[in-house]
Amino acid sequence: MNRLLKNREILLTVIIALMIAGFSTRAQGFAAPGNLANIFNDTSILIILALGQMTVILTKSIDLSVAANLAFTGMAVAMTNAAYPDLPLALLIVMAIGIGAFLGAINGYLVWALRIPPIVVTLGTLTIYRGMAFVLSGGGWVNAHQMGPTFLNVPRMPVLGLPILSWIAILIVLGAWFVLTRLPFGRAAYASGGNPTAAIYAGIDIGWTKFIAFVVSGALAGLSGYLWVSRYAVAYVDIAAGFELDTVAACVIGGISIAGGIGSVGGAVLGALFLGVIKNALPVIGVSPFAQMAISGIVIVLAVVFNARAERKAGRIILRDRGVKEVSA
Amino acid sequence: MPILEMRGISQIFPGVKALDGVSIKLYPGQVTALIGENGAGKSTLVKILTGIYRPNEGEILIDCVPTTFASAQAAIDAGVTAIHQETVLFDELSVAENIFLGHAPRTRFGTIDWRKINSGAKALMLQLESEIDPTIRLRDLSIAQRHLVAIARALSVEARIVIMDEPTAALSRKEIDDLFRIVENLKRQGKAILFISHKFDEVYEIAENFVVFRDGRAVGQGRLKQTPQDEIVRLMVGRDVKDVFPKVEVAIGAPVFRVESYCHPTEFRDISFELRRGEILGLYGLIGAGRSELCQSLFGVTRPSSGRLVLEGKPLDIRSSGDAIRAGIVYVPEERGRHGLALPMPIFQNMSLPSLGKTSRSGFLKAANELALARKYAERLDLRAAALSVPVGTLSGGNQQKVVIGKWLATQPKVIILDEPTKGIDIGSKAAVHAFIGELAAEGLSIIMVSSELPEILGMSDRVMVMREGLAAGVFEREALSAEALVRAATGNQ
Repeated sequence: MNRLLKNREILLTVIIALMIAGFSTRAQGFAAPGNLANIFNDTSILIILALGQMTVILTKSIDLSVAANLAFTGMAVAMTNAAYPDLPLALLIVMAIGIGAFLGAINGYLVWALRIPPIVVTLGTLTIYRGMAFVLSGGGWVNAHQMGPTFLNVPRMPVLGLPILSWIAILIVLGAWFVLTRLPFGRAAYASGGNPTAAIYAGIDIGWTKFIAFVVSGALAGLSGYLWVSRYAVAYVDIAAGFELDTVAACVIGGISIAGGIGSVGGAVLGALFLGVIKNALPVIGVSPFAQMAISGIVIVLAVVFNARAERKAGRIILRDRGVKEVSA
Repeated sequence: MPILEMRGISQIFPGVKALDGVSIKLYPGQVTALIGENGAGKSTLVKILTGIYRPNEGEILIDCVPTTFASAQAAIDAGVTAIHQETVLFDELSVAENIFLGHAPRTRFGTIDWRKINSGAKALMLQLESEIDPTIRLRDLSIAQRHLVAIARALSVEARIVIMDEPTAALSRKEIDDLFRIVENLKRQGKAILFISHKFDEVYEIAENFVVFRDGRAVGQGRLKQTPQDEIVRLMVGRDVKDVFPKVEVAIGAPVFRVESYCHPTEFRDISFELRRGEILGLYGLIGAGRSELCQSLFGVTRPSSGRLVLEGKPLDIRSSGDAIRAGIVYVPEERGRHGLALPMPIFQNMSLPSLGKTSRSGFLKAANELALARKYAERLDLRAAALSVPVGTLSGGNQQKVVIGKWLATQPKVIILDEPTKGIDIGSKAAVHAFIGELAAEGLSIIMVSSELPEILGMSDRVMVMREGLAAGVFEREALSAEALVRAATGNQ
């Protein structure tokens, strides 16, 4: 499966390169380094959220509340900034990550201690967190002129040719890679999704692993909350509505198995970039926004079909084993 | 004249001949008991008769006409129906829906005829002398009542041949009496019944004929009335087994592990034994005797209701499998696919999974250490793989078993529990696994080996504990070991 995954990453890279080449024949300058950097910067938040989502999906769970978490946290930090302009930005960022992690911990706790299916838990908290954002703001907006200049400008500041937002995404990618491949937690996440029973037998606490995965996902959603309101210079209840589906789509396109236990950081990043390139290219080559959604949808379905085929290949081995097992039964 | 005859049936799976030239006959109005150890080929025969497997050789005749069952539906159409060991029913559907699922009567508009379903179900249940309301949901029924529903479902198709695969396993004595009345009733209707059971008293009570399977062959058949039980036990066991498994002689040391009146709320009761250094304790019993449940509890997967564990003189408090691993007790589970391995993960990561504490340095995984660990045990176990980084799912069954064993050895345990260590692997790999178990004992490990294969138990064990219905039915020292004694203790036939 590893080799297949590597192939998939190469395949995705090739497809993305081909798409960029194709689009640049229709739109002058699409492949220019400046524009590519723009696309990456545009996709940064999706990449960050997709990595959190991936961590959760690896453990055989799903986090549908990331976008709502982002909206609530974004609103909270934006209002704090508007009310207390003198608070240092670092404190606000720590606050964003903290609130996000706390909301993620609520999801994780419900999944871990009460054994409620993750899709039900996060579908519920999705609505709750959005509702909390409404209660907090009273339905009002926080506009650019209410936010401090540091709050707005830091993520846009270019460092070595890339905005800080992009650099944050790159750091998170490296961090996720490190956590998932170099820390026991990462191994526990792969094992609890790959075979929960075997993981228990190996002394891994699956519930705790899932809890941590949700906290990670929540913390990244919280960080994204700040990045989002700063980038778009506005906070209101409905920001990033439906964005949780994009994060799941990025994972699926990137070859993260919805059944858990399979996937790589590289895959999730490429899946997010794939969506990012399409989203940026379609308006440039004059495709209507309505067709854009349909096209994104078709791509996601194709990716699922592709995944299903790849997993069926693995299934054959299991069937062969089952044959042997039944003989002895 | 038999309703159904099987002639020279062979079923071959990769590496294993599950059935080898089996011939049996089933007669109308008679019960034929199918007897054999676990793994003797009984379930394979049932799967052939119900159209799930197609045999590689031989023919099936119904009313003396050769037929082939191309599918499960074809077997049902030919009048063969089976009541399985674990009933396959739907909790959330009503009794009537469960009975008629897949062949529900239709109205002339093609929709489901609910009135007919419910009245038909009621009639079937009455025929079984039960007054279960057909509209009640299955999850509200007791296990015995569910069993009746499964039987009703089997009878709802016009069956002439009824296969009952260990139908009494989950039933109490009274429910068994009820079941036997139903069987008598079916006999009177002229149905041929194939009755699979381990329990001799039941077999003698209900069956006219018997067939004994051993290692995929029908080694004996005839009329039960003229056959004493000892003869059947002898047929089941067959060979002189001590030659097949040359036991490595190991000097047995001091006591290491003691289990004191271990109890579980539902699965086993009052189990006590002691395990010495270098000793192999065989754990024998029929399926459902509580052996695996005991082992899982010793390993911390389930909690006991009372009892005490003592390892090297110190009492143990095991609350999770992690605790057990740290204390030095490991469990190699029976179903390696389900309990043992994460198939998408590489070999070396599977092997290092319970030993991450040892291979990691200050909280970081060290791939080099993991690979070294995996390489060491892969060499010891003669694991055949292209590379240690390939997913475990790509390996053969025997090699997967080696990964599981290697993974647990790498934790350097004091007590190792092997649950059916050679189940589902080919003869060659079996011999290698047996030799290896001998080596482990020689190195001073204490081993608990659960097995349903008599030859394996007799050949490998220093001592055997037999379990029956959750209780210790007897402990036999090596000198007192005999196949007959073990089977008697396990089946409760004194």
